[in-house]
Amino acid sequence: MNKKPKILLFLDIFSLVLLAGATYLSLNYAPMEVTMGNVQKVFYFHVANAWVGMLGFIAAGVAGIAYLRTGNSKWDIVEVAAVEISLVFFLIAIMLGSIWARPAWNTWWTWEPRLTTAAITEMIYLAYFMLRNGIEDPNRRARFSAVYTLVGSVSVPITFMAIRLFRTIHPVVIGSESAQAQGGFNMSPDMKVAFFFALFAFTILFIDVFWNRIRLGILQNKVEELKLKVME
Amino acid sequence: MSVTPETTNYMIGGFVTFFVVFTVYITSLIVRWNNLKRDEMTLEELEKGKKS
Repeated sequence: MNKKPKILLFLDIFSLVLLAGATYLSLNYAPMEVTMGNVQKVFYFHVANAWVGMLGFIAAGVAGIAYLRTGNSKWDIVEVAAVEISLVFFLIAIMLGSIWARPAWNTWWTWEPRLTTAAITEMIYLAYFMLRNGIEDPNRRARFSAVYTLVGSVSVPITFMAIRLFRTIHPVVIGSESAQAQGGFNMSPDMKVAFFFALFAFTILFIDVFWNRIRLGILQNKVEELKLKVME
Repeated sequence: MSVTPETTNYMIGGFVTFFVVFTVYITSLIVRWNNLKRDEMTLEELEKGKKS
C-alpha cells in the first residue's frame, strides 16, 4: 500500500491542533456558566461528539445506498469505517452527557426520550458488527450491511428530533428551549465561539480519522486477497 | 442570590473520558495498521516464494 499522502499527514496535524484549540477554548476562553458551574464546559465536546457521531451514521447510510446501486466493494469499506468511527464518537457523547447529567439532574442516567433514542442508536450500530461477523460470504455480508445501515440511519433523525418532539428534561440549546428542560442555558457570545469552534474542530477530526480508517479497510481487503492467493 | 455549584471534578472527568477513549481508539487503529502491514509483507514473501 502507498505511503500516507502528504495532505492526510497535514490533516492529522491540523486536526490535532484544532482539537488542542477546542480544548483551550472550552476550558479557558468560554466563561463559567453560573447555574451549573464548570461541568457545563463538557457541553462543547458533548455536542461536537454527538454531531460527528450522527454525521458518520448518515455517511454510512449514504455509502450503503452507493453500494446497493453500484455493487462496488469500496463503498462497503467506507460504510464500515463510518459506522466504527461514529460508534466511538457517539459513545463518548453519551458518556459526556451522563457525566454532565449527574450534577445537573442528580442522576447518571434517566430513560427520557433523547437518552433512550441515543442509546438505541448506539445499540443498532453495535449490532451492525454482530451482523457482519455472522455472514461469511463477502458479497452477501456487504449487501446485508448496506440495507442494515440504510434502515438504521432512520434512528439518527429520530434521536436528533427527540428533544423537539417529546416532553423531555434534556435541554435544547440551539433553537427554542423546552419548558420541561433542566440544565438549559443561553449561550453568551464567548460560549458561542467555543461551541462553534468545537463543532468545526471535530468535523475536521472526523474527516481525518475517517480517511485513515478507510485506508485501514483497503489494506485489510488487500491482505485478505493475498491470503486467498497464497492458499490457492 | 443563587450560589454556583462546585462541579469542577465532573468537568475534569468529562475531558479525561474523552481523551482516554479517543486515545484508545486511535491506538487501536495504529496497532491494526502495523499488524496488517506485517501480514502483507509476510504474505507477499510467501507469494514470491510460491512463484519462484
